[in-house]
Amino acid sequence: MSNYDFVRTLPGGRTVSARDQLQRVHLDPLLLLLLLAVIGFGLVVLYSAVDQDAGVFANQLIRISLALGVMVIAAQLDPGFYLRWAPFAYLVGLVLLVLVLLMGVTAKGSQRWLEIPGVFRFQPSEVMKIAAPMMVAWYFHDRPLPPRFKDVVIALAIVAIPAGLIIVQPDLGTGILVAVAGFAVVILAGLYWRWIGFAMLMVAAAAPGLWYTLQDYQRQRILTLFDPQSDPLGAGWNIIQSTTAIGSGGLQGKGLFQGTQSHLEFLPESQTDFIIAVVGEEFGLIGIALLLTLYVCIIARGLVLSARAPNTFGRLFAGALTLTFFVYVFVNIAMVSGLLPVVGVPLPLVSYGGTSAITLLASFGMIMAFGARGQGNFR
Amino acid sequence: MASALALNDPSSERRSFTARAMALFAIAMLLVGVLVARLIQLQIIDYDTYRTRSDENRIQVQPLAPPRGLIYDRNGVLLAENRPVSSLALVAERVQDLDGLLTELRALVDIDEADLANYEKRLKRKRRPYEAVTLREALSEAEVARLAVNRFRLPGVEVRTELKRHYPFGSVMAHAVGSVRRITEEDLQGFDAHESSNYSATEFIGRRGVERFYERSLHGEVGYQRVEINAHGRIRQVLDIEPPKSGRDITLNLDSRLQIAATAALGERRGAIVALEPKTGAVLALVSNPGYDPNLFVTGISADQYQAMVTSLDTPMFNRAVNGQYAPGSTFKPVVGLAGLANHVVTWEEEINDQGWFKLPHQDRIYRDWSWRPGNSGGQGTVNLHRAIYRSANVFFYDLASRLTIAQLGSFARQFGIGEQIAVDVEAASRGLMPDPIWKQGVKGEVWYPGDNVNLGIGQGDLLVTPLQLAIMTSVIANRGRVVRPRMLKLGADEQPPFEYDPPRPLPDVIGPTPDDWERMVDAMEDVVHRGNKGYGQNGTAWAYIGMDDIPYRIAGKSGTAQVVEIKQGEEYDEELLDEYTRKHAWFIAFAPADDPRIALSVLVENGGGGSAVAAPVAREVLDYYLLPQLDLAVRQ
Repeated sequence: MSNYDFVRTLPGGRTVSARDQLQRVHLDPLLLLLLLAVIGFGLVVLYSAVDQDAGVFANQLIRISLALGVMVIAAQLDPGFYLRWAPFAYLVGLVLLVLVLLMGVTAKGSQRWLEIPGVFRFQPSEVMKIAAPMMVAWYFHDRPLPPRFKDVVIALAIVAIPAGLIIVQPDLGTGILVAVAGFAVVILAGLYWRWIGFAMLMVAAAAPGLWYTLQDYQRQRILTLFDPQSDPLGAGWNIIQSTTAIGSGGLQGKGLFQGTQSHLEFLPESQTDFIIAVVGEEFGLIGIALLLTLYVCIIARGLVLSARAPNTFGRLFAGALTLTFFVYVFVNIAMVSGLLPVVGVPLPLVSYGGTSAITLLASFGMIMAFGARGQGNFR
Repeated sequence: MASALALNDPSSERRSFTARAMALFAIAMLLVGVLVARLIQLQIIDYDTYRTRSDENRIQVQPLAPPRGLIYDRNGVLLAENRPVSSLALVAERVQDLDGLLTELRALVDIDEADLANYEKRLKRKRRPYEAVTLREALSEAEVARLAVNRFRLPGVEVRTELKRHYPFGSVMAHAVGSVRRITEEDLQGFDAHESSNYSATEFIGRRGVERFYERSLHGEVGYQRVEINAHGRIRQVLDIEPPKSGRDITLNLDSRLQIAATAALGERRGAIVALEPKTGAVLALVSNPGYDPNLFVTGISADQYQAMVTSLDTPMFNRAVNGQYAPGSTFKPVVGLAGLANHVVTWEEEINDQGWFKLPHQDRIYRDWSWRPGNSGGQGTVNLHRAIYRSANVFFYDLASRLTIAQLGSFARQFGIGEQIAVDVEAASRGLMPDPIWKQGVKGEVWYPGDNVNLGIGQGDLLVTPLQLAIMTSVIANRGRVVRPRMLKLGADEQPPFEYDPPRPLPDVIGPTPDDWERMVDAMEDVVHRGNKGYGQNGTAWAYIGMDDIPYRIAGKSGTAQVVEIKQGEEYDEELLDEYTRKHAWFIAFAPADDPRIALSVLVENGGGGSAVAAPVAREVLDYYLLPQLDLAVRQ
C-alpha cells in the first residue's frame, strides 16, 4: 500500500512522506486522489456542458473549493464528537423539516426551501441525508447486533419520520434517498437476509396499492419510462434526448465540445441532472466506463475506511454514507439512460451545483474522520 | 440471538460488518454491471440508430421559397412586387406572463382581439418546442423600430421578416392583374407530386387574373438548404444550399396610366372598361369597378372584412370586365347591319318608313322603338342603314333581323367573338351567350320563334356579352374585319414566351362584308358621335353628349342601353319607378382615330341608364387621355 509514496527531505534531514503528512490531518491520500480525479473530470465535462462559459465554470470551482474545505474540517472532528451530537443533529433536522412544511419557500410546485430573505436559502432535506443514517448508527451503537426485531422497527421509524416529511413536500426522490441511507445502516448492522427477502416480497405485493398514492406527474414519469415516444415533445422529451445523446456517442464519443445534443440544446438539464449524457456523447462508452471505474474505486476505498473505523457507530455510519454515494451514482445514470423514472438526483461531484457537492464532500470528510486516523479505542 | 444480553463482541461484530460490506459491494458491482450493459446497448449495439436520431435532430432539410416573378406594365411600371413584411411572433415557452407581456407590447404595437384569437388558434397546432408563433402580421416600420429598441426587455418576442406580394396600385389594378392568396388545404390536395414539393416552402398562390394564369412561370422552382438547427429550431449553420430559381418576370400590355384614367372616369359608378389596341389585340386597360384591395389577401383580412366584401351588393370581388354578362343592346346593331349586308338581305340604299313600332306578319305583338309614344305616334321617319346606326333606330333592325335566319346571324356574330372565348391569356373569361334554336330547346325547352330574331336585332333577348367581348367586337370593326385575339402578355421580339403562353392559331377575317361595307359602317358610327347641328331627330345619338366640342380626332362609336327587366306589352318604361339595381345598363363602344384606330374600347355603366348620356362621356375621357398626348406629339413632329 505504501509503495507509491514519494519521499521528500525536509530541512534538517528528516524525511517525511506526503502520505504521513496527509494522515496527520486525517485525510486518506488514496480516497482524496480518487475524489479529485472525479472532480477534475467533472469540471472538464461541465466546462463543455456550459458552452465554455468561464463565469459559470469559475462559480463551480469556488463551490467545489468550499466543499473541499468542508471536507477537511469534517475530517478533523473527533469520532466521539459525531457520536455525541448525532441525536442533536437529527432533532434539529426534524425541526427544520417541520418548519419547511409550515413556512417554507415554494418553487416548481413543491415546498423544499427555508429562506432567510437576502441572506441564504437551503434545503433541510439535504441535512437529513447525513443526519438520518447517523441517528440510526447511533441507535445501534450500543445494542446487540445483528439487531433484534424491536430495534429494527425503531430504526425504521427513525428513518421513516424524516423521509415521510420530505415526501410530503413533495420531494419523492430525496425522501427515498434519505430512506435508503438510513436503511443502509440497518443492513450493514447485520439485518437477517431472510427478513430482507420477506420485506421485499411485501413491497412487491403492495406495489399496485402504492401506485394510487403517487402524484399524477410521478405516475407520468413512470409511464414515460416504458414508452417515451407516447409524448415525444412533452414528458418523453428528456429521456429521448438523453438516450440519443449517450447512444450517439458510441464507443469513443464525438470529442470534447463536439456533442451536438448538448450544444444545440436538445439535451435538457445538461449541466445538472443530465450531465452524464454529455459524458456519454462527448467521451463515449470509454468515458463513462472510466468515470464508473473511478466511482467504484471510491466506493471500495470508502468501505475499506469504514471497516477501519474504531467503533460500531463509525463503521455503520461511514459504510452507509459510502453506499448512499453509490446509490446516487446508480440512480442518476440509470435515470438518464432510461432505466429508472426521472427523479431529481444530480450526478455526484460532476453535476453543476453547490449543495450536493458540500453534502457529499462533507460525508467523505466524515468517512475519513472515522477511517483515516488509525486504530484506537477512544471510548 | 442467544447472546442478546451479552455485550457486543467487537471482533465478531467487525467481521460481521466486513461480510455485509463485501456483500453490498458485490450487489453494487452487479448494479454497475446492469448500467454497463445498458450503456453497451445504447452506445455499441444501437449506436447507428441513435447516431441517426441525433443527426436527424440537428440536421434539417428546409425548402426555400423562390421569390415570385414581378409583373410590369408596358412602360416598365411595377404592378406586382415583393416587399419585406415583418411580423411579430412569440416563443410561448419563454413567455411566463402572457398578459403582462401583452400590456407591454400594446404600448409598442397594435394588437387587437382578432390577432389574439388567431394566435391562440395557431398555438394549438402541432409545432416543435420553442417554435415561434405569429401574433401580429404586417408590422409598420415604426413598429419594427420600436420593437427593436425594446427587444432586450421582451424575452420570447421575435420579429420575422419575409418577402410578400405587394400591389402598389391597390384596387386600381386588382381585376387586371389579379391577386395571390394564402395556399389552402384544397390547393395542397389538388397538387401533383411535383407541385407538392415545388410549393413546399411557398405561402401564397396566384388565384385570380394574370397572377393565376401565369402562376407556374411567376412561381419559380423551390430550392433547398441543409441546416444545423438547435432544439429551438434556430438555424446554427447552413451546411449546404441549392438556391431556389426565382419566378419569371412578366410584362403586360396594360398601360397603368390609362388604367388609372379609366378607373377615374368611372368614378364611383359600378361598371367596366376594356380597352384594346386593335392591331395587336394588346389589352391596354381592364377595369372593373368597384375593385378590391388585393393586398388584404396577403397581409391578412379579417372574417368580417371578407364577409362584407363577399356580400356587398356592389360585388367588388366580381370581375365585371371578363365575367359580367349583359345584353349588348344597341351596340350590337353594327354587327346586325353587317350581317344583313353579308347575307344580301339589305343594302345601304334600302329605306323604310319608321313609325316607331314593328310587327311580325300575322302577329299582334308590338316591338317598340325608343322614340315610340303611346298611341303608336313617334318614329324616325325615312330610315336607311346609315341613319339607323347614327339614330340607333330599332325598327330598321327589327325588320332586318326578321329577314335573317338565326343561323345566318349567329354564325356571322360568332366571327366577332360573340358567344366565344378568343382571348389568349385572360384568366377564366366568360363566353357570354349567342342564342340559337338548339340552345333554346335545350335550356328553355321552347322552340325558336321569329320574335327571337327580332329581339336579337337590337341586341336584346337572350344574347349576352362581356365588356371584354364587346371590346373585341369593336376592334374587329376598327380593323375592318380582321380578327385579333386579345392578350395580356407583352412579349419582346426575341423573348422566350412563358410556359403558359400558347396562343391558338390566328382567327380568319370576317367573311361577307366588302371593304366598302366596312368603311360605310365606320362612317355611320362616326356620325353617332360627330353628326350634329342638323336639327331635331337628325343628330348622332351621342353628339349632344360628347361630340359638340371640337375633337381633334375622329371617333367611331355606338351607344347601347340594355334592359335589365323585361317591359311587358302595353306598359311604359318609367325610370323613376325602377330602383337602382333594375335600371338599364348603359353601354358605349368606340374606337379612334376612325381611319387609323389605335384604341378600341367598351364602356359599361351598370344601371346607369342611357348609353349615350352616361357611358359615352366616360369613353370620351378615356380616348382623350390615350390619344391627345400621342396626337400632340405627332403634330409637333
